[in-house]
Amino acid sequence: MTECRVTIASAVGLHARPASLFVQAAAAQPVPVTIAKDGGNPVDARSILSVLGLDVRGGDEVILSADGDEAFQALAALAAVLEVDHDA
Amino acid sequence: MTGFSGIGVSPGVATGPVARLGEPPRLPAAQPVVGADDQDRAVTALEETAGELERRAKLASPEAAEVLTAAAMMARDPALASNVRDLVGQGIPAAWAVDRAIGGYRELLAAAGPYMAERVADLDDIRDRAVAHLLGLPMPGLPAPGYPYVLVAKDLAPADTALLDPAVVLAVVTERGGPTSHTAILAKSLGIPAVVACADALSFVDGTPVVVDGGAGRVVVDPTEAEVAEVATMRAARVARAAVRGPGRTADGHPVALLANVGGPADAVAAAALDLEGVGLFRTEFLFLDRAEAPSMEEQRRVYRRVLEPLAGRKVVVRTLDAGADKPVPYACPDPEDNPALGVRGLRTSWRRPELLHDQLEALALAAGDTGTSPWVMAPMVATAAEARDFAEVARSHGIAKVGVMIEVPAAALRAASVLASVDFVSLGTNDLAQYTFAADRQLGALAGLLDPWQPALLDLIAATARAGREAGKPVGVCGEAASDPLLAVVLAGLGIESLSMAAVSVPDVRAALAEHTIEQCREMAVAALAAESAVGAREAAARF
Repeated sequence: MTECRVTIASAVGLHARPASLFVQAAAAQPVPVTIAKDGGNPVDARSILSVLGLDVRGGDEVILSADGDEAFQALAALAAVLEVDHDA
Repeated sequence: MTGFSGIGVSPGVATGPVARLGEPPRLPAAQPVVGADDQDRAVTALEETAGELERRAKLASPEAAEVLTAAAMMARDPALASNVRDLVGQGIPAAWAVDRAIGGYRELLAAAGPYMAERVADLDDIRDRAVAHLLGLPMPGLPAPGYPYVLVAKDLAPADTALLDPAVVLAVVTERGGPTSHTAILAKSLGIPAVVACADALSFVDGTPVVVDGGAGRVVVDPTEAEVAEVATMRAARVARAAVRGPGRTADGHPVALLANVGGPADAVAAAALDLEGVGLFRTEFLFLDRAEAPSMEEQRRVYRRVLEPLAGRKVVVRTLDAGADKPVPYACPDPEDNPALGVRGLRTSWRRPELLHDQLEALALAAGDTGTSPWVMAPMVATAAEARDFAEVARSHGIAKVGVMIEVPAAALRAASVLASVDFVSLGTNDLAQYTFAADRQLGALAGLLDPWQPALLDLIAATARAGREAGKPVGVCGEAASDPLLAVVLAGLGIESLSMAAVSVPDVRAALAEHTIEQCREMAVAALAAESAVGAREAAARF
């Protein structure tokens, strides 16, 4: 299992447009990815409802995880989405 | 023919067949046995709902399209689909499984707080559509019979009214709602005749012809040929009245400025094209609603420029952010209140977040400089002379030349002279002034009678404010819906009101009514109305002239 920790750059958090962009990017990855808040249960990153339900705020840290050969690339791609401030 | 009465809230007459707003589908009390294909049916219903939302997104404005596309993603959520499949697998039939699975996510999002309110509403819509699909019930929302119709509903949600097309919806009749409800304000801004608080509305059958008189508040079901013909005559007369042009004045030339209420740049452009003397109420809330953070000063400046520019050379009165009550803005008024209409709203939100007001005033001053205009700026929900003075100081420190306040709290009307001492003008917001004078919630149809702008107690407060303005030599305007009633507009002129701001659609009728009376007649009508003992009596007394 590959994991990475990312801090959410968008001030609104993982809500509204940033959440949609993240979920769309997750659906485009070749492997399933999960996202969790620190100490929380991981949820499917392709599920907008699960991602919104995490209620991640701007500045919060999240943990992305995936399995398989392509896990590293998938996590890097998704981390890049979270590290951009989509409100700016 | 059968006649029904309600409250006329948007003038004009129209005739056409009834089409009722689709109600949210209800699950039958008896739960059937789960079918062999229920898993696939349930997931297909969600998929079809997503497809429908995407089709609507293609027709919508860019902002609305983004929201609808996000809602389509929710309907197509893989976790939701697998949740639904699991529930069906446990023996729960398709419609019930969809209802329960969405209900679970609804709770999750609702728990996350006010940010998610819109998403919760999206989920409710997805649930209603998918369940209607599975049960073979009519789709909720606006009907689409393929011909223009009279829309009949219990009440209209903002989401329904936002999509109203005046070319398709000939008139609106609702069972609930009052004269200052959002349905009323929106119907008026679109020029769609509307009757609210019509107790029998839900007994009207789809396809039945009706005549709707949005001025008199009457609905005739199965009208005679003569009644239908009269609609054509009345519409022609309205067109003829619209032919009276020019600034508002009485028969003997006493000026009463006719202004429009606008809610954003699109309205401002529309108003600029009309025969109006300017804008008496520019509501700035649209910039602040449905977002997690306040708009930046630069963003505000750009939007204000787009409003001020088309109206250059005409009067524009801007109202600073009126957050709270029915217009929640989480970052301006974060704490839930038991009684938000009486809470931290309007100017009061600046006590906790003064920078919001500073940024807005600075953006307005910059936009005024950019466009070479000089907008008047006023604060909402002012209760005391001290609040008015504090606001005037702040606004002037940003370079605003004409500073005023709304008079919509009885305390401010009673002490209008001291309020006026530190500002350049005041504007009466009669909707809230009625709400606070009669302790009657604006949104409650059952209290509509108390909110009637002809109530003598409300007229007393208007008269007192106008008198204080005359003594101070400072202008007093009205920017509530009261200004749009042609007969009442004449009475307001008689009370000494110098400008009337209303939905643009109401201006031609008000202009025509003013032109039919001398200022002396207006004053006599005002005296007669003030002497009445009831709203009905006041209207009758004024109508006798």
